[in-house]
Amino acid sequence: MGEELLHIGKDFPRIAEINKVTGKAVFIDEYKRPGMLYGKILYSTHAHARIKSINTEKAKRLPGVRAVITGYDIPDVRVGFLQDQTVLKRDKVRQYRDEVAAVAAISPEIAEEALQLIEVEYEPLPAIFDPVEAMKPDAPLIHEFDARGRPIRTNILPLPWKFQEGDVEKARGESAWTVLDHVSTTWVNQCCMGTSGCVAEFDSNNNLTFVSLTNVIFGAINRIKAYLEKIGLKDRRIRVLNPEAVGGSFGTKLDTDIYEFICIQLALITRRPVKIRFTREEEFFALPPRQPARFTIEQGCDKEGRLTFRKVDALLDNGAYTSWGATTPSVMMLPISSLYVVPNVSFQATCVYTNNIYAQAMRGYGNPQASFAVETSMDHLAEVAGFDPAEFRLINRNLPNSTTPMKLKITTCPLKECIETVKEKIKWDEKRGKGKYRGVGMASLIHVAGGARVYLSDGTGIRIKVNEYGEVDVVSGSTDQGQGSPTVISQIVAEATGFRPEDVNIIMADTALGLWDAGTHASRHTFVSGNAAIRAGEQIKRQILELTVQYLPKIIQKTIKDKKRKDPEFKEPELDFTLIDKPDKMDIKNGFIFPKAQPDHPYFRIDAKEILRRALHVGTGQSKVVVAEAFYDPSTEMLNNEMKGNYSLTYAFGTAGVEVEVDIETGDVKILKLVSAHDVGRGINPTLIKGQIYGAVYQGVGYALKERLQVIEGKVVNGNFRDYKILTAKDTVPVEAVIVEDPDPAGPYGAKGIGEPGLVSIAPAVANAVYDAIGVRITDLPITPEKILLALKTKGG
Amino acid sequence: MKREITFTLNNEAVVVEVDPRWNLLYLLREVLELTGTKEGCGQGECGACTVIVDGEAVNSCLYPVMEAEGKVIETIEGLQRGGGLHPLQQSFIENNGVQCGYCTSGMIMSAKALLDKIPKPTEDQIRTSIAGNICRCTGYVQIVESIQKAAEKLSR
Repeated sequence: MGEELLHIGKDFPRIAEINKVTGKAVFIDEYKRPGMLYGKILYSTHAHARIKSINTEKAKRLPGVRAVITGYDIPDVRVGFLQDQTVLKRDKVRQYRDEVAAVAAISPEIAEEALQLIEVEYEPLPAIFDPVEAMKPDAPLIHEFDARGRPIRTNILPLPWKFQEGDVEKARGESAWTVLDHVSTTWVNQCCMGTSGCVAEFDSNNNLTFVSLTNVIFGAINRIKAYLEKIGLKDRRIRVLNPEAVGGSFGTKLDTDIYEFICIQLALITRRPVKIRFTREEEFFALPPRQPARFTIEQGCDKEGRLTFRKVDALLDNGAYTSWGATTPSVMMLPISSLYVVPNVSFQATCVYTNNIYAQAMRGYGNPQASFAVETSMDHLAEVAGFDPAEFRLINRNLPNSTTPMKLKITTCPLKECIETVKEKIKWDEKRGKGKYRGVGMASLIHVAGGARVYLSDGTGIRIKVNEYGEVDVVSGSTDQGQGSPTVISQIVAEATGFRPEDVNIIMADTALGLWDAGTHASRHTFVSGNAAIRAGEQIKRQILELTVQYLPKIIQKTIKDKKRKDPEFKEPELDFTLIDKPDKMDIKNGFIFPKAQPDHPYFRIDAKEILRRALHVGTGQSKVVVAEAFYDPSTEMLNNEMKGNYSLTYAFGTAGVEVEVDIETGDVKILKLVSAHDVGRGINPTLIKGQIYGAVYQGVGYALKERLQVIEGKVVNGNFRDYKILTAKDTVPVEAVIVEDPDPAGPYGAKGIGEPGLVSIAPAVANAVYDAIGVRITDLPITPEKILLALKTKGG
Repeated sequence: MKREITFTLNNEAVVVEVDPRWNLLYLLREVLELTGTKEGCGQGECGACTVIVDGEAVNSCLYPVMEAEGKVIETIEGLQRGGGLHPLQQSFIENNGVQCGYCTSGMIMSAKALLDKIPKPTEDQIRTSIAGNICRCTGYVQIVESIQKAAEKLSR
C-alpha cells in the first residue's frame, strides 16, 4: 500500500446535512406543489370478508373533495412481487390493512372527513391467522386465483426455498453431539421517525414526477412503469426523486407500496399534484413490518467440537400478500449455510398466506431471524458437547480465502479477532457462568458487504464534474436515508480526485440526473458507490493533470513575464519543466497540483482552480471542462436454482458480547455491558461507522427484549409509541463499538458495508447471556419479563 | 370563530389569528411556516415536535394554541445567532448526533431547555431531558455526546 490517505479514516463532520440541525431540511412533510391535493386511504374493517357494496356518494358531495375512488373506478390491475394484489380491493379484503377506497381533497382534514362518509358493506369470511393452520388442506383459501387467473388450491406460496449441500443424514449419524431447537421471531415495526409519504404529479404529456421516499429509485420506475402500461399509459416518462431528507428507512422503502400507486391514481384522475402522508397509526398497521419466522434447527458436532451438519426448516407467515418478506430466506441462507464452517447443510423455507398483515424488509433482511436460530443453537450445542461457547465458535470460525457451502467466496475474514476482542472486553473468562443472575453471552455474524446481487445488475453510477472555482459536484443515483452517505462519498471523492471533502457537493436520489443504481440497500452503498466514485475520481484527476501539462508552463511563463515587467531587476529562475511534462509526474492533494519529485516547488505547485480556469477560458474554440463518470457493477453471481452463488464480492463479520443481569422477581433483563466488534474492511469515517453500530445495537436490543407488533386476529393492536416500546435515551445500553480493520482488496480503499450488521447478532447474544445468568433458554423473541418468569417457574418446579 | 393571540416567537412579537381548536404545532407549521418542528406521531409520544415555551420543553402537538398567549416560544429556527450555528447545532453536526434528521429539531430543543437551566448537566440529566424524544437511528449515544460537548463549549 504505502501511500498515506488524506481523507479516508478521518472523522469528517456531516456538513452536507447542515439543514437537518437548522430545521431547514425539506422532508416529505414540507414538500408542496401549487394546487396540491391531499390523499387519504380507507382501510378494511375485517381480516377476511367479501365486499358487498361501497357507497361513496356522500363523500363525493363533501365540499373540498376532488376525487373518491374505489376498485371500480380504476383498472383492475395487479401489482406486487407475486402480482397478488390490486391497488384498491374490489371483491374481497384479506387483511385489515386492505385499501378499499381513497380520497383526494384540498386539505388532509377534509380528506379524512370524507373517509368517514364512505359506506362499505362487508360479508365476513372465515379467517386464518396461524400459518400452520393455513397449510392444512381444509383451510380457508386466502387467494382463489393467481396472477394468470389460474385457480389456487393452497395457501402455500409457490416459492419453494430449498438448499442442500453434503449429506445431512449421514453427518447426523456420525456426530458425537446433536441438538434440536425450536426458535421463533416476530413482527417488528421499522419505526422510521419520518412517516411514509409521496407526491405524484403528471405533466400535460402524462409524464410522471414522483417524489417518493424510496431507496430504490430506479426499481420504483420499473414497477410504476409496468403499472402505468397496464392501465393504458404506455411510454410515459417517469422521474423518481427523494425530497431533501427521507427520515429513515430501515427496509420500509424497499418495495413500492400500495399507497404510492394510490397516490399516482389520484393524481391521474384529478390532474393535480397529490400528496399522501401517513399518520403514525398508519405507519404501524399499513406498512409491512419485519418478516416473522419460526425455525426448527438441528446441528451437530464431532468430539473435537467441529460442526458436522446444520439442518433448518423455516416457516414464514406471509400475511395476505407478498412483498419482499417472502424473499428473506435468500438472506436467511447466509448465516444458515455460511456462519462458521459447516460441511453439510440443509435448509428449506415455506411461506404461507394468512389473513395477517404482510411483511417486508427490515435492517438485516432475514439475517437477524436466522442468526437468532443459528447462534442460540450454537450455544446449546456448545453446552451439550462440553465446550465453552466462545471456544466453540473459535473452533468453527470462518477462515479467510475460503468457500462456503453456498459458494460464497470469503476473502478477508477477521472473525477470530472479533471474537477475541469481545471475549477480552466483556471479561468473558472472568464472568462466564459465575454471576448470580448475571451472565455473559455472545453471537457472531456474517453479512453481505460487497454489494448484493439480487437484480441482474448490482451496479451504480457516479458522475463528477469540477468547475473553474474548484467546486466538485457529484451526482449519484443512490439515496441517503440518513446514514451519512453524502459525507462518506465526499471523503472518497476527495481522496480520489485530490480535492478536499468540503469542496465536494453531492446530488443524490433523482432518476433524471443520476446513473442507474440498484438501490441503497443490503449495506451496499459505501462499497458500490465508493468503487464507482474512485473510478470516476481517478479520471478527474487524470484529466486535470493532463490540462496541467498543457497549461501550467504557459501560466508560469506569463507569471514570469509579468514579474519581469513589474520588476526589471527580477531574475528569471531556471526551471526544470520536465518535472511537469507528464501527468504521471504530478499529483493533486487538497486542491493543489504539484510535481511528485518536488511537492513544494515554488512555481509548479499550483491551485487546481487556476488550471481549470485557464483550460475553460482559452478563447480559441478549444475550451475544456473536467467531467467524468463511472458505472461499477461488482463481479458477483446471482443465486442459481440450488440457491448457490457468490452474490456479494465480500462479506462482513462481527461479534457481539453482552453482559446481563436478570431480576428474577420482575423478569427484567438489564444490559450491564455490550461490546460489538465489526469487521469493516477499512473505516472510511470511524465516527459515522460507530453511529451505524450504536443505532443498530439499540434496534437489536429492542428486537431482543421489547419490540413486538401485537397482531391479534389480524389486527395490529399496539400501533403507537405508548404501546409499542422502542428504546428511549433512558434505556441506557452501555455499548462499546469496536472497529476491526482488515482492508478488503475489493472494497473502496478496503471498505466493507456496515449498515445492517450491527443489528444481526444482538438478540442471540442477549438470549445466550440470559441463559448464562439464569439457566433458561428463551427462544421466542422478544425475551419479555413474562416469558422469563414463566420459564423460571417451569424450570423451578 | 378565530381569535387573535400575541406571543413572542424566536425573539419577535407575533400577532396572529388562530382557531382555538388548533394545537401549537399546527400554528407553527401550517400558518407560520416554521416547518423545522416535526410531527412524528401527533400524540405527544415521540417528541419530534418539541419547542420551548417559557423555558420548558413541550410537545407542541399537544399544546393548545390559546395557551400560547403572552408566552415566550422558541423553535429550532430561532437558534442560529447572527447566521452562525448555535453550539448545540454545531455539536450535533460534528459528533454525528444527527442521522435521518427527523428527531433532530425536537432533540436539540429539549437539550437547549436543559442547558438553559443546567449549564453543566450530568449524563443522567441529559438522558432524562431527552427521554421524551425518540430516535430510531442513533441509539442516542452520539446525541448524548453532542449535548455533553455543546455544554462544555457553552459553559466555557
